[in-house]
Amino acid sequence: MQRGGLFPRTSTGCMNKLVKPLVFVACLGPLAYLAWGALHDQLGANPIEEITHETGVWTLRFLTLTLLITPLRRWTGWNVLIKYRRMLGLFAFFYGCLHFTTYIWLDQFFDWPGMVKDVAKRPFITVGFTAFALMIPLALTSTTASIRWLGGRRWNLLHRLVYVSAILGVIHYLWLVKADTSRPIRYGVIVAVLLLARLIHTVRQRPSASMSRVAAPSPVSQAARTP
Amino acid sequence: MLVRRAPDLKWRDVTPEPLYLRRREFLTAVPFALGAARAVLSGDEALAQGSGEKLEAAKSQYSTTETPTPFKDVTTYNNFYEFGTDKGDPARNANTLRPRPWTVTIDGAVTKGGKFAIDDLLKPYKLEERIYRHRCVEGWSIVVPWIGFPLGDLVKAVEPTEKAKFIEFTTLMDQRQMPGERSPVLDWPYSEGLRLDEAKNPLTILCVGLYGQVLPNQNGAPFRLVVPWKYGFKSIKSIVRIRFVEHQPATAWNKSAPNEYGFYSNVNPNVDHPRWSQAKERRLGEFTKRPTLMFNGYGDQVASMYTGMDLKKYY
Repeated sequence: MQRGGLFPRTSTGCMNKLVKPLVFVACLGPLAYLAWGALHDQLGANPIEEITHETGVWTLRFLTLTLLITPLRRWTGWNVLIKYRRMLGLFAFFYGCLHFTTYIWLDQFFDWPGMVKDVAKRPFITVGFTAFALMIPLALTSTTASIRWLGGRRWNLLHRLVYVSAILGVIHYLWLVKADTSRPIRYGVIVAVLLLARLIHTVRQRPSASMSRVAAPSPVSQAARTP
Repeated sequence: MLVRRAPDLKWRDVTPEPLYLRRREFLTAVPFALGAARAVLSGDEALAQGSGEKLEAAKSQYSTTETPTPFKDVTTYNNFYEFGTDKGDPARNANTLRPRPWTVTIDGAVTKGGKFAIDDLLKPYKLEERIYRHRCVEGWSIVVPWIGFPLGDLVKAVEPTEKAKFIEFTTLMDQRQMPGERSPVLDWPYSEGLRLDEAKNPLTILCVGLYGQVLPNQNGAPFRLVVPWKYGFKSIKSIVRIRFVEHQPATAWNKSAPNEYGFYSNVNPNVDHPRWSQAKERRLGEFTKRPTLMFNGYGDQVASMYTGMDLKKYY
């Protein structure tokens, strides 16, 4: 059976035309829930905390989903998945922006001196802020033009920052909880597995890569060239 | 008349012994289950956990005039890790708690200690309504019309001996009633402590109700401590043991993270939690944070107990 047989070539374009907008709308679901909840007073006794928490958790979820694409694609051979990676990554950035805005606006209410102190003094905020800041160059260079401008190799190198961002995101979550670390640890395990999958792949690819550069290009750079 | 057939009961129909032995629990559980079902059907989550029986209480000079946080928020948003670590968990899960019958042990350095049925223990005391500010170490706060009586009255009645310098309080340990105790988030059972003078301060109360009714399960039924100038976790819930001791007792959160939660844990905007600031708090229902007050605004009544103490050291 041909690899990627679940998405027969002829219907791939059609699938994308249908599925991609649906995925896009689904990714807006958490925002819709928060907006609806805020309007109808359904976010519990401490809505600002709920908004902060939800936007933060969804940032982490979208980061892990983004990291899932490449291993899943290699494992299943569904190359079509790569078409969703940029969108998921940008949604991670989008929810990261909402999370950051919630902190500045709803949580701290533009208390700039207080926030500067926070970022410097509170490790969990320092780490969270760094995780967010690292996503900015990735979002800015997410266009196809940027890939061409930077070249696949450099673009790939830059975009490995997403690994750091995900790890820092997990640490940010871990350091803010009081005693029940089960949820941050769950995300930690997922991120670790996804990064390990990449490491194993790289190690396996190495022998063939040394034989011929052309025969085994890094799947990531291959993916980057995919329009 | 001739019996042609053996009785149609077989061995497999016999109630297993463990179930048979627990049949009374089932009987007591049914009303709770029905109550919970009724509450769920009526969509009122807050009603689920407790009888909601009305309590009479006298007004108190110690009450704040600030607006109390709505009943729904007080009863659906709180920490009670014995029922889960989300602040919505206590309201969802505390239906398994059975606040009656309830035995309280008073022991240690006291003359009149013993084991007491809760209603006998509480009978002598006149209930008061105390509307207090309540500040959680996490940075949110509420105003609650508690109902209770001064802990000092009970302390006097049980006659502590010379050796009594501290009181150690312990929460119920029962994984069936408190499923959260199956998870090792804290060293169960939950325990807390006060210095004897703190326990005798007129602001410190043993609380049996809120908002004019019997304390809902999720808020610490059948009775809990309320110490309004300390972070909320000091106000231990569902107490089964009050022990008078000579030395400062270990406390649950202090054991869990000694550098973050001290024995005193007085509300103090100048001493930050190592991971976050304590300078401000979010009063539930308010949009912007308000400044946190020293001793949660109860300095006039309590500051004198800590004169000469370095509150950065004794956090």
